[in-house]
Amino acid sequence: MSDNTVTAGTATGVGPVEGSSVYSVDNPAPLIEPPRKRTKKSPKSTRGNFEMYGWLFMRLSGVVLVVLVLGHLLIQLVLDGGVSKIGFAFVAGRWASPFWQVWDLLMLWLAMLHGANGLRTVINDYAERPNTRLWLKGLLYTATVFTILLGTLVIFTFDPNIR
Amino acid sequence: MPAGTLYRGREGMWSWVAHRVTGVLIFFFLFVHVLDTALVRVSPEAYDKVVATYKSPIVALLEYGLVAAILFHALNGLRVIAVDFWIKGARYQKQMLWSVVVLWIVLMLGAIYPVLGHAARELFGS
Ligand code: HEM
Repeated sequence: MSDNTVTAGTATGVGPVEGSSVYSVDNPAPLIEPPRKRTKKSPKSTRGNFEMYGWLFMRLSGVVLVVLVLGHLLIQLVLDGGVSKIGFAFVAGRWASPFWQVWDLLMLWLAMLHGANGLRTVINDYAERPNTRLWLKGLLYTATVFTILLGTLVIFTFDPNIR
Repeated sequence: MPAGTLYRGREGMWSWVAHRVTGVLIFFFLFVHVLDTALVRVSPEAYDKVVATYKSPIVALLEYGLVAAILFHALNGLRVIAVDFWIKGARYQKQMLWSVVVLWIVLMLGAIYPVLGHAARELFGS
């Protein structure tokens, strides 16, 4: 027991209360490598950090969406007569300003990407057969790209004098 | 279900379920909402016609439900972010959930008149 380097450490009881450590500057504790640390010798990762960036994006976009979406609800449903005022004229009035165009564009992109990434997680969680996953995700990505492009087109090509 | 990945929590699990359900609901609504707004590129009449349905009393109730879903998802989303990034987040997750619920109730009470008022006036006369 005592000639085992690992159990030898137990003799000190580790805590400062029970006395001094056997380790010192001249007799340093053995270095334990992180078990899955990548070194020069380990093969190149083929996976990248996609899921980590997805996770981060959910949180960053979430913070921005709080402002954009709750502001949007306040303007559309609460202030100035609530939903009753909404109509073509109201939309034309708002999109006359680049500020609201950018607001709505940013909200569209962030909400669609945030929601699509969220739904991707949900599909990954519940759809187990590879084919089902493939089709559901194909449908999701198609609908997402279509919606983002359509919404963007509408904001950029809006014509108040359409008649 | 893959074995060993099912966890049954209490507040933590139910808030996660509610966060997931509201997130999916909002996404489906957003899809429809972009389509109806796209009608401004068709004609003012087409757009105003579809928006008129948004003003009917029954849809007003659905709108109130949508506001409920978005408000919960937004407030609880901030809580999730706090749990992940604030050192004491995990320790106070339960208190934060109850704060979210209380704030949500207060905001939902405040939204009754602005969101449902016009429907009440239409149903019961002004
Ligand atoms: C209003 C501000 C919002 C905030 C603060 C927010 C926050 C979040 C956060 C932090 C997550 C990650 C949860 C996790 O990893 O466990 C999430 C997930 C999700 N969000 Fe949002 N979100 C917001 C708006 C939206 C909108 C507008 C949509 C729909 C278009 C949406 C749909 C979703 C979906 C589908 C998920 C995945 C749920 C899951 O995996 O269980 N969110 N949200």
